[in-house]
Amino acid sequence: MATFGSLSDRLAETLKNLRGKGKLSPADVDGTVREIRRALLDADVALDVVKSFTAAIRERALGDEVNKALNPAQQVVQIVNEELVEILGGQQRRLEFAKKPPTVIMLAGLQGAGKTTLAGKLAKWLKKEGHTPVLVASDLQRPNAVTQLQVVGEQAGVPVFAPEPGNGVGDPVKVAKNGVRFAADKLYDVVIVDTAGRLGVDADMMKQAANIRKAVDPDEVLFVIDAMIGQDAVVTAKAFQDGVDFTGVVLTKLDGDARGGAALSVAHVTGRPIMFASTGEGLDDFEPFHPDRMASRILDLGDILTLIEQAQGAFDEAEALEMAEKFATDSFTLDDFLKQMQQLRNMGSIKGMLSMLPGAKGMREQLDNFDEREIVRTEAIIQSMTKAERANSKLLNGSRRLRIARGAGSTVTEVNQLVNRFEQAAKMMKTVAKGGVPQVPGMGPIPGAGFGGGRKQVAKKKGSKAGNPAKRAAENARLANGEKAAPAAPTGGGFGLGGKKGDKAPTQEELASLQKFLGR
Amino acid sequence: MANPWSLSGALRGVFSRKTIDDTTWDDLETSLIGADFGPDVTEQITEHLREQVARYNTTDPADLRRMLRENLEERLSKLDSTLKLSNRPAVVLVVGVNGVGKTTTIGKFAKFLRNFDRTVVVGAADTFRAAAVEQLGTWAERAGVQIVKPQQQGQDPASVAFQTVEKAMRESIEIVIIDTAGRLQTKAGLMDELGKIKRVVEKQTEIAEVLLVLDATTGQNGLAQAEAFIQHAGVTGLVLTKLDGSARGGFVLAVQEQTGIPIKLVGQGEGINDLTGFTPHVFVQNLIG
Repeated sequence: MATFGSLSDRLAETLKNLRGKGKLSPADVDGTVREIRRALLDADVALDVVKSFTAAIRERALGDEVNKALNPAQQVVQIVNEELVEILGGQQRRLEFAKKPPTVIMLAGLQGAGKTTLAGKLAKWLKKEGHTPVLVASDLQRPNAVTQLQVVGEQAGVPVFAPEPGNGVGDPVKVAKNGVRFAADKLYDVVIVDTAGRLGVDADMMKQAANIRKAVDPDEVLFVIDAMIGQDAVVTAKAFQDGVDFTGVVLTKLDGDARGGAALSVAHVTGRPIMFASTGEGLDDFEPFHPDRMASRILDLGDILTLIEQAQGAFDEAEALEMAEKFATDSFTLDDFLKQMQQLRNMGSIKGMLSMLPGAKGMREQLDNFDEREIVRTEAIIQSMTKAERANSKLLNGSRRLRIARGAGSTVTEVNQLVNRFEQAAKMMKTVAKGGVPQVPGMGPIPGAGFGGGRKQVAKKKGSKAGNPAKRAAENARLANGEKAAPAAPTGGGFGLGGKKGDKAPTQEELASLQKFLGR
Repeated sequence: MANPWSLSGALRGVFSRKTIDDTTWDDLETSLIGADFGPDVTEQITEHLREQVARYNTTDPADLRRMLRENLEERLSKLDSTLKLSNRPAVVLVVGVNGVGKTTTIGKFAKFLRNFDRTVVVGAADTFRAAAVEQLGTWAERAGVQIVKPQQQGQDPASVAFQTVEKAMRESIEIVIIDTAGRLQTKAGLMDELGKIKRVVEKQTEIAEVLLVLDATTGQNGLAQAEAFIQHAGVTGLVLTKLDGSARGGFVLAVQEQTGIPIKLVGQGEGINDLTGFTPHVFVQNLIG
C-alpha cells in the first residue's frame, strides 16, 4: 500500500555492509541513524523528538555496550526499540477511579478524532469490568453528535444523559455538570463526558473545555488523538495540555496503516501516558495500550524478537526432533496433528503472531478475516475421536465420522474436510522430511528456504473453507519444526521472509543479510 | 494557550537573518518537515533551492523566500484544479477515511453550489455510522437542498446512491452529491463496497467527480490513503479540510505529485461558507506568508 520500503528492509540494506565487522565505526552508525531518522519522519514523529532521539541513539550506539555485543548491528536495533518503549511510557497506566463515586472521565480532542465512538467503547469496556457507566452528551456543536452518542450508548447498553438536543443549542458546561449530579443521584459509578471537537488554536473553544473541566472536576481527562495525525500532533497536544491539562492519551484508528508516530511525539512532549488504543469500528475494538508493540509498529520492524522468542519457547526441541522422525517414518498421526495445533496455540494468538511479522501491515486486512476459532473447532473434532482412530485415520468409516461429528458439535462434512487435510499434510510432510519440495496446489514453487508462499497463502484464503488457514499455519509450524531438526535452515528466516519479501524469492545473499540482522 | 505553529511563523525566523548560511538550510528543512511535507519532498525542495541559490549567487534570504514560494506554487499549479460539473445531473461522490469531515464538506459544498444557483440533492449513503444521516440532514437543511435518506437502518449504501441519482434524473436536479461512510483504506471489504456504489451509479449516468476528503492534520499516511482510494474509487479530485487549525497539510504536495490528482477544494472552518476552490497562489501565500 504505502510506497515506502519498510524500515526493516532499509536497515537490512544498511547493515549488510556491516557484515563481518566486529566493531562499528562512527560512519557506520551515522548511516544507520540516518535511516532511522527517515523512518521516524515517515512515521510522522515530530522533528524535535526525532532529533533528540537520534542523538541519544547515536551516543549509545557508539558506546561500549554495542561493541561488546556479539552482533553490533542487531544491538543498535535493540537500542532503538528500548528507547522507543521508554519514551512511550515504559509501563502501562490504568484508569484511576475516584475514592468516592462517581468517577468522572472527560474526553477531549480535535474534530474527527473519534471521541463519540470512543465514549461508547470506553463505556462498554467499563461495563464489562463491572462498572455502571453513564454517558453525558456535552458535544452540542456538531450536528447530531447527541443523536450519535445516543445510538452508541444504546449499542453499548449504557444510559445516555442528553438533556439538550445539540446542534448549537444549549450550554455544554451546564450539561456536563448536571450529568455528574444525575450520576450521583442515580448511583452510576462512572461518568463519561463527551465534548465537542475543537482545534488547538480555537481560544474560545479551549476556554469552554477548561470550563467543563472546572465544572465537573474529572478524575481523568483523556485526550483522544487520531493515529494518522502528522507533525501537528505536538502543537495540538501542547495546546490541549495548556488548555485542559489532560491526564492520559487515547490513540484511535490504529487499525489503519498509519504508523502512529504521533503517539511518540505526544508522549514525549507532554509526558502523559498513552492509556488506550482503539483499533476498529466495532464497540469492542478497544484495548489498553502496549508501548512495546507500538514501538515496533512505528519502526515497522515487526516484533521479530518476540516472535522468535515465542517460537522457541513454545516448541520443545526434543518434541520437534521426535516429530521430524515421525514425518520421515510415516507414523504421523492425528494425535500429532493435534499436538502441533496446540503448540501453535501456545504461541499465542495466530493473528497476533502474524501481525508481528515485519512488513505485515499490508496483510492486516487479510488478518482481519482470519478466524482463530477454526483451530478450536479442529481441536474439538480430533478430541472426539477414539485413540485408535487418532492413531490410524483409515479406521474412520461413515458411522464413526457421524459419531465424531455429533461429539464435536459439527457436521460430517467438516470431519471429512479435516481428515482430508490431515492426509494431505501427512503426505506433504513426508516429502519435506525426505528432502523434497512439496507440491501444494495453487502455491507455486517454494523458493529456497523462504516459505513465504505458505505464509501468504494463510492470508489470501480469506473467506475460504474452514480449517484451511489453521492448517496452513500448522504446516508452517511444522516446517519450522522440521527445520529445527535440520540445522542449516533458520527458523527466523523462514518467518521473517514470509511476511517481508512477499512474492519475490529471496536471494541467498538477502537471506544471509536478514539472518545477520536477526542475529542468528 | 500555545501560539499556533505556522510555517510562515517558522520561516520568518529563517528569512529574517542577514545571509544564507548553514543554519538557514537547517531551519528551512525543519520548517518544511514541520509542515508535513515529508522527508522526500523536503529534500527535493531544499536541494532545488540550494542549486538556485548557487546559480544566482545570492546570499539574501529574501531571494530564498521568493524562490521557495515560486517553487511551491509551480509544483502545486501543475494540475488543473477546476471541478467538472457539466453533466446533467452531475454526480459527485465523496469518499475518505473516518473523521476527515466528509459530511461537513458536503454541507458546505451544497451551499457553495446553491450560491451559484444550482439545484442540488444530497444522498445520505453513510448508513453505517450512528446518526450520520441525521447529521447530513441538518446540513442539507442549512444549505437549503433536498436530501435522500435510506428507508431503513443499515440499508445498502449503493441503493441509497441509486435512489438519489434516480430522483435527480426524475426531477431534473442539476447536481447530486453522495455522502459515503468513512472507511480506513486498509479495510478491503469496505473499499470493495465503494467500488460497488460507483458501479451502480455508473449504470445510470456518468460520475462527474469522485472527491477524496483529506484532513490537513494527517501526516504521511495521507499518501497511503490517496493511493488506496484512487485504486478503489477512481478519485478525480482532493478536498483538504481543517485548514483553519494549526495544521499545514504539506503532504498534499506529495499526494498531488505522486498520484496526479489535483486538489480541488479547501475547507477552513465549521461555518457553512468556509469552503473555497483551490488556488495555488493563495494556498502558498497562507502557507509561507
